[in-house]
Amino acid sequence: MKLLKFSTAGSVDDGKSTLIGRLLYDTGSLTEDQLEAVEAASKRKGFDYLDLSLLTDGLSAEREQGITIDVAHIYFATANRKFIIADTPGHVEYTRNMVTGASNSRLSIILIDARKGVIEQTQRHFFIANLLQIPEIVVAINKMDLVDYQQAKFNAIKEAFLQFTQGFPNFKQNITFIPISSLKGDNVVNESENMPWYKGKSLLHYLENVDVNSYVNKKDARFPVQYVIRPHSEEFHDYRGYAGQVISGAFSVGEEVTVLPSQQKSKVKQVVTFDGDLEIAETNSCVTLLLEDEVDITRGNMLVKTANQPQIDKEITADICWMDTQLLVQGGKYLIEHSHNLIKAMVREVDYIVHTSTLKKDTETKTIKLNDIARVKIKTAQPLFFDAYEQNQANGSFILINEQTKNTVAAGIIV
Amino acid sequence: MSSNHLKELEEESIYIMREVAAQFERPALLFSGGKDSITLVHLARKAFYPAKFPFPLVHIDTGHNFPETLTFRDQLVGKIGAQLIVRYVQDSINQKKATEETGKYASRNSLQTVTLLDTIEEFKFDACIGGARRDEEKARAKERIFSVRDEFGSWEPKRQRPELWGHLNGMINYGENVRCFPISNWTELDVWNYIKQEKLNLPSIYFTHQREVLIRDGQIFPYSEFLNMDGEEISTQDVRFRTVGDMTCTAAVSSTAGTLDDIISEIKSSRISERGARMDDKRSEAAMEKRKLAGYF
Ligand SMILES: Nc1nc2c(ncn2[C@@H]2O[C@H](COP(=O)(O)OP(=O)(O)OP(=O)(O)O)[C@@H](O)[C@H]2O)c(=O)[nH]1
Ligand SMILES: [Mg+2]
Repeated sequence: MKLLKFSTAGSVDDGKSTLIGRLLYDTGSLTEDQLEAVEAASKRKGFDYLDLSLLTDGLSAEREQGITIDVAHIYFATANRKFIIADTPGHVEYTRNMVTGASNSRLSIILIDARKGVIEQTQRHFFIANLLQIPEIVVAINKMDLVDYQQAKFNAIKEAFLQFTQGFPNFKQNITFIPISSLKGDNVVNESENMPWYKGKSLLHYLENVDVNSYVNKKDARFPVQYVIRPHSEEFHDYRGYAGQVISGAFSVGEEVTVLPSQQKSKVKQVVTFDGDLEIAETNSCVTLLLEDEVDITRGNMLVKTANQPQIDKEITADICWMDTQLLVQGGKYLIEHSHNLIKAMVREVDYIVHTSTLKKDTETKTIKLNDIARVKIKTAQPLFFDAYEQNQANGSFILINEQTKNTVAAGIIV
Repeated sequence: MSSNHLKELEEESIYIMREVAAQFERPALLFSGGKDSITLVHLARKAFYPAKFPFPLVHIDTGHNFPETLTFRDQLVGKIGAQLIVRYVQDSINQKKATEETGKYASRNSLQTVTLLDTIEEFKFDACIGGARRDEEKARAKERIFSVRDEFGSWEPKRQRPELWGHLNGMINYGENVRCFPISNWTELDVWNYIKQEKLNLPSIYFTHQREVLIRDGQIFPYSEFLNMDGEEISTQDVRFRTVGDMTCTAAVSSTAGTLDDIISEIKSSRISERGARMDDKRSEAAMEKRKLAGYF
C-alpha cells in the first residue's frame, strides 16, 4: 500500500475543512462516535446540516470562530492507498501553519470559492506551493452548488488561474481542475449528477491514482550524520556507528566515501540495522554506517561520494518565508539549522521582497515582516554542505531560529 | 496490507528518536505499558542498535493498573535491560499536591499530570517521548512532533512552532520542556499491523479473556476495587481492551478476538473509534484539549 501526503490550501472559508470532512464521510471513514459528536455539535450551533469542518477543527478557539487556526493531520485509507492529510488554515495571519502543512506534502489541493474566483490568498498559496515545488496541484473549484453548477463559472476561474500561472517561468507542476461542492458532495468521492458537462473524474479517484513517486533524488548520495552510536559494551568495543537517514542517492558496502568538512576518505564497511546488515543503504532509509578507517566524525558531518560532492560554502542565496511577528532587518543574526548543523548566521542582504499576486519584486524595502517571501543572502559562521533545493529538497532546505526566543522564524530554500 | 507504508512510518519514527537523543541532554520515554508505548520501545531499540537506547523509561503509576500490564512492564524491562523509573500518583495525593476525585466517575487519569510534572522537575527531563497519535483525537490532530511546553507543562496551541520538512527545532529556554511524539503519523491500524509484522508481545488484556464487568452508560467496565459502584450488576463476559489506561476510565469491548489477525479484522470493521472507549474523553467536546493545556501528554 502506497502512502500519499497531501495538504489543503486556499483562502479562509473556501471550504477546505469541509472538503476533508466530506472525504471522510463519503468514504465511510468516520466511526459512529465521531459522527454523533459532529451531529450534536452541529445541532448546538443551530445548523440544519452537518458541519463537517467540525471534524478537523480540533481546537475550541477554531470551533468558536468557525475558522482553522493550525494544521490538523487527518488519516484515512481506501483499498489501495493510505492518505495523510494536512488541513491548513486559509487566514493570512496563519500562513506559517499553511507552509508547515505544505512542506511535507507531495500534492496540494488549492480550493477556490466559485462565487469569488481567484483572489489574493489563492495566489499567495499557489506561490508558496510553487516555491516549495510541490509536484502535483489540484485546483478544486468549490461551492459549485451556489453558482447553479454553471460550466461558465468553472471555465472562467480556470482561465483566470492559468493566466496567473503564466507569470511563473520555471513552473513544472501538473495542475488538475475539478468542480466540486464540499457541502453537497459533488465530485468529491462520488461523481456529480449536477455537472454532466464535467467529463473528468472525482477528486478521490484522482488522489487514488496520481503518481506519488514522481520525485526522489537517486543520483546524489548524501548522508548527514544524525547521531554517533557508541555502545560502550564488551561485545562492541571501539564501535563507532554513524546513524542517519540517506536523504538522497544510496551507499553500498565497499564504496569510497568522503567525509565533510574534513575531506577525509574511507570506505563503507558495514550498513547496520536492527533487522540485520544490508549490502546497500537506499534513499530514505534510516541506517547506521560503519567505516573502514577511524575518522573523526560528529553530528552534522556529511558522508558523500568522492566524485559527487555538494557545494561547500559560508554564503548562500535563498528564498525565505518569514514566520515571526518580529521584523527581520538586514544584518540580523540568527541560527541556521541545515542537515543537522546548527550554526550562527547573518542575513547579510535582502535582495528583494516579492509580491505574491503581482509577482513584482520590491528591491527598496530592507525589512521583512510576517508572511513576507524574500530573496536574501545569508552568511554562516561555518561552511554548509548544500545542494540547490531544486535538485535536492532535503539538502536544500533550512530553517532560521531566533537565538533568544528559540522560535523557528523562517523556512528557507537554497537557490 | 503490504509493509510498504509501515516501512516509511518506521523510518520517520527512528529519525525522530535519533533527533531527540541528539538534541536533548536528559530525555525520557513515557511508558504506560500500552500497545503504543510498547511500539515506541521497539522503535527506540531499532534506532540505537547495537547500543541501548540512551534514555530511561518513566512510568507514572496511577495505582489503578491492570496487574497484567505491570507484570508485562517488568518482564520487558528485564529482557531489554532498560532503566525504569516509576513515580506514583498516590504519593502526589499523600503530599496533598493532587486531590482524589469523588463520585461515580472518579478517575486518577487527570491526576497523572501532577505526578508527571513533578517527575520532570525531579529528574530535570528536557524531553519526554510519548506515544500519542494524531488520529486518536481532534486536539491531538493539532500537535506538532516536537511540542514545546512551558514550565507548567502547558500546551499553547496558538504559539506552536512551524515544523518544516524534517527540521525539528528542539531549542528551549530554561525550565521549558518538549514532548516528542515519534508515532504522530501512525493510525491505530498501523500500530496493530506493525505489532504483527514485528512479532511484538503485548499484555494479555489486549486479547479476549473472561472478566467480571458491569455496564455503565452503555459501556462495558472492568470491575475492580477502585471503581465507585452505583448499584450496577456484575457479570462475567468475553472481553478485551482496545486501549489501556487507568482501570477506572478504560472500557472494554465485547470480543472473542484471540489473535493479532482477529484483532486487526475487528478494528477494520469497527464502527467505534479507539478513544470511544475512554471515559476521560467523553467528559466534554474539548476534554483532551483542556487536559493538554494543563500539562497532560
Ligand atoms: N454552499 C456551500 N457551502 C460550503 C461549501 N463548502 C464549504 N461551505 C461552507 O463554507 C463555510 C466555511 O467552510 P470551512 O470548511 O470551514 O472553510 P475553510 O476553507 O476550512 O476555512 P479556514 O480553514 O478557516 O481557512 C462553512 O460554513 C461551510 O459550510 C460548498 O461546497 N457549498
Ligand atoms: Mg478550515
